[in-house]
Amino acid sequence: MIHLQHIERMFMVGEEEVHALRDVSMRAEAGEYIAIMGPSGSGKSSLLNILGLLDRPDSGSYELDGTLVSGLDEKQQAAIRMHKIGFVFQFFHLVPRLSAFENVALPLILSGVKPDERQTRVTAALASFGLGNRARHRPDQLSGGQRQRVAIARATIMQPSVILADEPTGNLDRSSGIEVAEILEELNRQGMTLIMVTHDPEMGKRSRRQILMVDGRIQ
Amino acid sequence: MLAQDFLRYTVKSVSSQRLRSFLTATGIAVGIGAVVLLTSLGEGLQHFVLAEFTQFGTNLISVNPGKVTTHGISGALISNVRPLTIEDAQTLKNIPQIIDTVSVLQGNAAIESSGRQRRTTIYGVDASAARVWRFEIAAGRFLPNDPPRAARSFVVLGSKVRQELFGSSQALGARVRIGGELFRVIGSMESKGQLLGFDLDDSVYIPTSKAMALFNRDSLMEINLLHTAGSSSTSVAEQVKKVLIARHGSEDFSITTQEKMLEVLGGVLGTLTFAVGAIGGISLLVGGVGILTIMSIAVNERTGEIGLLRAMGVERSQILALFLGEAVVLAAIGGLAGLVLGVGGSWLFSLLIPALPAHTSWSYAAAAELLAVVVGLIAGVLPARRAAGQHPVEALRAE
Ligand SMILES: Nc1ncnc2c1ncn2[C@@H]1O[C@H](COP(=O)(O)OP(=O)(O)O)[C@@H](O)[C@H]1O
Ligand SMILES: [Mg+2]
Repeated sequence: MIHLQHIERMFMVGEEEVHALRDVSMRAEAGEYIAIMGPSGSGKSSLLNILGLLDRPDSGSYELDGTLVSGLDEKQQAAIRMHKIGFVFQFFHLVPRLSAFENVALPLILSGVKPDERQTRVTAALASFGLGNRARHRPDQLSGGQRQRVAIARATIMQPSVILADEPTGNLDRSSGIEVAEILEELNRQGMTLIMVTHDPEMGKRSRRQILMVDGRIQ
Repeated sequence: MLAQDFLRYTVKSVSSQRLRSFLTATGIAVGIGAVVLLTSLGEGLQHFVLAEFTQFGTNLISVNPGKVTTHGISGALISNVRPLTIEDAQTLKNIPQIIDTVSVLQGNAAIESSGRQRRTTIYGVDASAARVWRFEIAAGRFLPNDPPRAARSFVVLGSKVRQELFGSSQALGARVRIGGELFRVIGSMESKGQLLGFDLDDSVYIPTSKAMALFNRDSLMEINLLHTAGSSSTSVAEQVKKVLIARHGSEDFSITTQEKMLEVLGGVLGTLTFAVGAIGGISLLVGGVGILTIMSIAVNERTGEIGLLRAMGVERSQILALFLGEAVVLAAIGGLAGLVLGVGGSWLFSLLIPALPAHTSWSYAAAAELLAVVVGLIAGVLPARRAAGQHPVEALRAE
């Protein structure tokens, strides 16, 4: 369960103040599927960054699964990112020198999971995303759709309660985009809350609920 | 993060940029190699010089005519310097701590025997020289203990002279001519090798008074003193000084204790080692700057990765540790290569110059590797801090 109240986020660009988020409040129940839509520069990514604890609001409160996470220190927020939140990015953000297997294993490595447990979990994850025979490939040997599937496998290998996806299909062709959307929706069916930023109305329509943002506000 | 995973991650980052890492590590390798090589040789050189200068025995003091001042040797040119004499040496023998003295006069002359001739170094010495300088006699005996002013015309041949003049035939008892005067061969020496380029075997020994007559001199070049092992060389030198001033009326001579000589040599070698260490230090500095540069570039290139790691819940301090770890791995690899270079280089040196033994002590090697790691740490701090200071959102946007 996600609960934002009166979130404000402002950036200084030179002398000018840019309000990326203005008095944003929203709720998302566990297991929901929400699309955040709106024109470019309307604050969609800013909102997602706040939700993912990558950025702190100037004011307002954020409650996640019953914890007031906006009040936590950096260490505690990092722990929540590690265990409860999975990010999927438009540009995949795979580590180029690591194989698909190693990229997916990265969160497990960082959280200190032992090698043999990693082996079974990553192998299973790759297989379920149709990447079983791509484990040893490096990102530059994979197609865009395959890269995003690796990225999703990595985002979900820790079994997070929330998946935050910022334009996950924005860099893919139509069919790969739909494939990726279906994978994310399948994960949502398994119980993960899915919040996806998109400016593609077709993609947005797939979700059960859309949030429209204009000029930093939720309409 | 498990320790082995941390190590694997950093090593993988370093090894994925093979050429770049190699070049960077080379800087450190050269620095460490220079330090190791030079400390190896420096120590070897010290061992070598010490061995060279104590091969004629320890507890030696030498007295030379003329006073060495800070402006150089003045004695030779000034007429009021009284020459060192055999009698001076005889008197010095009365000092209780002095075991024996050798009156030394040296020059070059031709020595000939049954048609064969050779120019060689002639040493005028006392019978005591054999003991004071630890001479090993190969055949016969050393000069007999004759009264100094009435010594008989005996000669002891260095091994090379004996070989050149007599070859495989009998030298003992033979008559040789030195500077026109006849001497009887009473003994020949074991080979002694070289001392700083002087061939010690290409020399002969005759009584001091005979050498004085031969070279037409009435003074000695040097008096060598052997003092007891238990006595301090400075206090013996002090007594020698008193005795000689009493005889000469002024301090117109200089006294060099072996200890002092070794000290001076040690100082010179120390300075040399220091200079060489400084060169190594500069190379290390350059290597360190190389690591700093390459790590800064790596942080720039991998900003997106830093953002990703932060998004996956890695804390700032862990980012810092990861990049510091990479700098240290780079430096440590360079350091190990430097150890190999340095040890290999000094091994090569000791092959080329067998007399100069190279000696790498493990404590130096360990200290050198530690030094490399410290250089890596210091060089890594700035880039690693910059990596850790990145805002995750900014970092993710960088790609
Ligand atoms: N780090 C930042 N510094 C300055 N301005 C920013 C920063 N991040 C976002 N903004 C501004 O905030 C507004 C919202 O940006 P963003 O959330 O990225 O929009 P969207 O994702 O909807 O395109 C934009 O005007 C953008 O320029
Ligand atoms: Mg955006």
